[in-house]
Amino acid sequence: MTETILATKGITKNFGALRASHDISIDLRAGEIHAIIGPNGAGKSTLIGQICGSLTPDAGRVELLGRDVTDLSTDQRARAGLGRTFQISALAMEDTVLENATLGALGASGPPWRFWASALGDKSLRDKAEAALERVGLAEARAKRCSDLSHGQRRQLEVAVALTLNPKAFVMDEPMAGLGAAGSKELTTFLDTLRHEAPILLVEHDMDAVFALADRISVLVYGEVIATGTVDEIRNDPRVREAYLGESA
Amino acid sequence: MTRETLFNAALLLGLIAVPAWAVLADEPFTITLATRAVILALAAAGLNIALGIGGLVSLGHAVFFGIGGYAMGILAHHAQSYTNLMDWPFVIPGTKFMPVIWLVAIVTSALAALVIGILSLRTTGAYFIMITLAFGQMFFYFAISWSAYGGEDGMSIYVRNSFPGLNTLVPIQFYGLCLAMLVLVLIFSARLRRAPFGLALNAARQVPARLEAVGMDPTRLKLVAFVISGVITGLAGALFADLNRFVSPSMFSWQFSGEIMILVILGGVGRLFGPVAGAVTFVALEHFLGGITEFWHIILGLLLLAVVLFARGGITGLIAGKEVRHD
Repeated sequence: MTETILATKGITKNFGALRASHDISIDLRAGEIHAIIGPNGAGKSTLIGQICGSLTPDAGRVELLGRDVTDLSTDQRARAGLGRTFQISALAMEDTVLENATLGALGASGPPWRFWASALGDKSLRDKAEAALERVGLAEARAKRCSDLSHGQRRQLEVAVALTLNPKAFVMDEPMAGLGAAGSKELTTFLDTLRHEAPILLVEHDMDAVFALADRISVLVYGEVIATGTVDEIRNDPRVREAYLGESA
Repeated sequence: MTRETLFNAALLLGLIAVPAWAVLADEPFTITLATRAVILALAAAGLNIALGIGGLVSLGHAVFFGIGGYAMGILAHHAQSYTNLMDWPFVIPGTKFMPVIWLVAIVTSALAALVIGILSLRTTGAYFIMITLAFGQMFFYFAISWSAYGGEDGMSIYVRNSFPGLNTLVPIQFYGLCLAMLVLVLIFSARLRRAPFGLALNAARQVPARLEAVGMDPTRLKLVAFVISGVITGLAGALFADLNRFVSPSMFSWQFSGEIMILVILGGVGRLFGPVAGAVTFVALEHFLGGITEFWHIILGLLLLAVVLFARGGITGLIAGKEVRHD
């Protein structure tokens, strides 16, 4: 039995009469990519919000490495080892690529109360940031301002910032969003190796990527997980076909 | 060397050359003007940390300026009247010694900034502006009604406070002291913006969500920035009071908060020497245009309008171009 890194235990969240999350229990095990799929409005973003800490569940808990983190704030969860990427790139646009990448390393290195020595002059921070940029293929663009990057490069940087945090688990919200076919393929190859460093909870619309990458898939429909299983199990599950993939799939 | 470095060096040289010329030409009033510019630049350099890097539009920075001013005024008032500030439970006498006055100004403005920061950072945007403004008004009216220290009339301090090794009554010596303080603060600002704290604060302004996602609390960073910012402006207040040998509630006025914000915007928000460029321009306009017409504020207003509409980097941006990032 592989170790569970990240888990939700019966989390429930309602917005008025809208049932955004209903008794969701999913887990992320060491070395795997667990994809969450579901039609628009299924509650994927609400689920991510509760896992990462921007939303508090009405009931249930979130566990990271066996520890209950439900009451921790977003930044505390990040320090506990949760690395996330955003659906819409959340980067400091005026800053350089290297400066953005350094943020993760900075967060991982302790509180930022250092007022004198240069951050980019700190070899350990810089090495981490440069290594992460190298891995996502952005090393050449390190001195560019983030606002000068292409959309695809911003997506790569988004992943690099999470890498420098050196997390225990990744939560990735549509990392392929807006990438072209080539970009998607490249990122798919990269995530494929990344899972051995830390497991990935992947919310993604790109079905080719999901089917290529996922060890397990959970299908979210109207705030409920209707099925969890391997790629083949999900492909052949009649409820999933009906609710999500459509009869034609 | 970048254009901005050259521009900054030129400004600094100007701040050395003009008073040097004034000493030779025996124009003490020019030195006083330059001192005023340097002290205003210091106050604006303080605001520039909160506003420029942290994105905190504080319309209450006069609070810290006033606190610095009153720290000087109260201590010197007791010293010149040979009374104690406090007799019980322990005796606190007044003082005319600048380092002690500065220390008191720093500690009290830090405390005020901490309290105001904790309360106002619960809000953002227009509400943040309004809360800082409200604090400013509270301090302003408190100073007006504090009759023990002059109330509405303020207090005059007859002799400028002392600094070891200097005769502060000689204009150029006091100017040198103020310039040294400004240079120290600018060096600190330059280091701070490249240090981990500055990098994180800069990102906290642009994308707070990202900062949280890498394990840092953007609000706490902004609070620390607000305190540092308040301390620097407080120190400027103490020097300003010493320049005029007079403190009054107007140091707490919201107009003054607006004025230092104008200096920052005019010079270039977030640019290291922006406050210096802004303050020098402001004092020059005030002096030369003010000599021609009473309505010089109209021209200042037009200039500000032009800067906001056409030159977002302020005067620094106009002359030195976009900020060059170090790699």
